[in-house]
Amino acid sequence: MTAEPAAASASDLEIVRALRAGDEIAFMMLIERYQPSMLRIARMYVSTAAVAEDVVQDAWVGVLKGLDGFEGRSSLRTWIFRILVNIAKTRGQRESRSVPFSSVWTPEPDGEPSVELERFLGPGGPGSPGTWADPPSAWDSIPAERLEAKETLARVAAAIQDLPPHQREVIRLRDVLGWTSQDVRNALEISETNQRVLLHRARAKVRHALESYLAAEEAPEP
Amino acid sequence: MNCSELVELVTEYLEGALPEDRRVRFEEHLRGCDGCTAYMEQFRTTIRLTGMLTEEQVPAEARHALLGAFRAWSSAP
Repeated sequence: MTAEPAAASASDLEIVRALRAGDEIAFMMLIERYQPSMLRIARMYVSTAAVAEDVVQDAWVGVLKGLDGFEGRSSLRTWIFRILVNIAKTRGQRESRSVPFSSVWTPEPDGEPSVELERFLGPGGPGSPGTWADPPSAWDSIPAERLEAKETLARVAAAIQDLPPHQREVIRLRDVLGWTSQDVRNALEISETNQRVLLHRARAKVRHALESYLAAEEAPEP
Repeated sequence: MNCSELVELVTEYLEGALPEDRRVRFEEHLRGCDGCTAYMEQFRTTIRLTGMLTEEQVPAEARHALLGAFRAWSSAP
């Protein structure tokens, strides 16, 4: 899976043409689409939200300045996020943040299992170790109205908010915004493995939060 | 492959990144294990529900500032 970064799509090229022609609506749409993720990603490289806002503003100016040189070899999104990440890195370096940049997107070595070890059989007991002792229950009996209720989704949002920053950004880009793994890797300059480890940890924790929430709801009155 | 190993590989499996032999063992295990089948189903549902969240909107002041930058850029020679 070492595909080249996807080239600009027809709609990317159309947006670029519209921007060059001074189309303000096209620019506003681009901002609505990317600004929130840009702010959060910038925030990971610099010390304050105010500096992150500056960085994003500079990135947009950089995008406009560079537009004539945009050749469509990567998607517009990848190109925009590369500009952003470069500016954010430079700003972060100037602030001399203690975090070394190469490690920014390396998964925290938290080593947490996806599922608590107590839920599997241990060695020395009956049954084979590593087999479910307390298996998850199927959610297919839960009505869709409950599963997709505002309260349930609020639980999902809260679980994502509680994640370590890198896991949070990767699950947002991948599962909330629907980016492909390649988009995320290209835009953030992280390896495929790191991206996947961060995503898996994030999803496992959100699943766990949902399981606790739905089980508590399901539990019969004592 | 046992259950505690399988739960660590779910994203790798869904991304199509498992090597062939591991993928075969993953699917074999899944066919014979109700607990892991339920786990997979919960995992997929989690991804689906996450996809139903929406992003916040851009505050008006930020939008105005950027629009100003855009106008300056597009009116420049």
